Amino acid sequence: MTNESVAKAPKSTAPSAPGEALQARETRLFSLDGKPVAFTSGQTILEAATAAGRYIPHLCAHPDFPPHSSCKLCVVKANGRYLSACSTRAREGLEVESNTPELNGRRRTLLQMIFVEGNHYCPGCEKSGFCDLQALAYQLEMQNPHFSHFWPDRTVDASHPDVFIDFNRCIFCELCVRASRDVDGKHIFALTGRGIKKHLCINSRTGKLGDTDFSAADRAANICPVGAILKKHVGFSTPIGKRTYDATPISVVSLASLEASK
Amino acid sequence: MSTEISHHKTLSESIPRKPRIATTSLCGCFGCHMSLLDIDERILQLAEIVDFDRSPITDIKHCGPCDVGLIEGGVCNAENVHVLREFRANCKTLVALGACAINGGLPAARNTIDVGECLAEAYCTPAIAIENPGIPNDRELPLLLDKVRPVNEIVRIDYFLPGCPPSGDAIWQFVSALVTRRIPRLSYALIKYD
Repeated sequence: MTNESVAKAPKSTAPSAPGEALQARETRLFSLDGKPVAFTSGQTILEAATAAGRYIPHLCAHPDFPPHSSCKLCVVKANGRYLSACSTRAREGLEVESNTPELNGRRRTLLQMIFVEGNHYCPGCEKSGFCDLQALAYQLEMQNPHFSHFWPDRTVDASHPDVFIDFNRCIFCELCVRASRDVDGKHIFALTGRGIKKHLCINSRTGKLGDTDFSAADRAANICPVGAILKKHVGFSTPIGKRTYDATPISVVSLASLEASK
Repeated sequence: MSTEISHHKTLSESIPRKPRIATTSLCGCFGCHMSLLDIDERILQLAEIVDFDRSPITDIKHCGPCDVGLIEGGVCNAENVHVLREFRANCKTLVALGACAINGGLPAARNTIDVGECLAEAYCTPAIAIENPGIPNDRELPLLLDKVRPVNEIVRIDYFLPGCPPSGDAIWQFVSALVTRRIPRLSYALIKYD
């Protein structure tokens, strides 16, 4: 639904030519938690907020790729309706709530559901301290996974010489799918199955990563927000206390890294 | 930290009876208890304002009525279930201390494997040099559960303190808040899952 709104928005809200000229001169604003945020035509709520230095929690959204809106962490209340900030275009006068106890509570519940759906054991994961899922859970003060664990029986694919995949930690954000398809042009990953049987699959005759032309230099090898796709031979190289999210919350890191990439 | 200490002293004077704390390690590695000792000299302040009931520190074997119970480790066998229920029955406030109590932790890695296969692999595999291979079967040994469970799947838990282990500072911040009747809340740098 929300993806559709992005696709359709330019046509439905396209102003007439004189109006366009008028609007180009004026700064267009929507409000985020009561404070004004300027946006340009075509920007999503998440993009505009980020450009204005305002953080909206998100997991599957990435500035280099079209929105996926599957994790639902970025859901905000816009004029009273729940919408994904990553895939809803900003509109003049929109009143957006994001950093509220209600929405953060819902986000915490979503994180808890992600945690029990996979096998996420932070103490034994090389991504710990760099993991976006973990960092969001720290930020939103998730103290436990609350729900009964699924403990799904998933495997590890270590067939590739430089990269391994731990399917236990996959959160189905499709960032590797998008990166491999849109940037690397290799179409190595896809999601298949439904519900609890949903899983990441690999496009090779054997279904093994080692039988593809995947490379550690691929964008897809460097985009996993959790510890599902990891480089071999480099684990635990940063001491505890110096890792990305040890002292700095993801709200700060996320905005700073975007600023640095400009 | 100094403000918190003075806070305790004034409060400890106003509290008529010392709060009682009980601690135990179920399916854990005692790392969380090591971390409890890692509050260093602050343990003297803690000893001033609380009394310890059942705990590996006191070696008291059964839990009496307590204000706070700290549970380390998940639940992997029948004895763990008994101990956990004893704590719930006696402690006004029960805290899941550390990763294993909260999500089963490393021991829960066996949850996708059949418990019989697990035991056979550990005790009957010819490649491992053990005398008289066979699964131990003594009535003194508590029976294993099919899965390692977080403590909140067995009893109601009031608070969760994550970490593997939670740092001494996190334990201090949390426990000192609890025993002085404040709502415990960890600052960002102290919330860790590893």
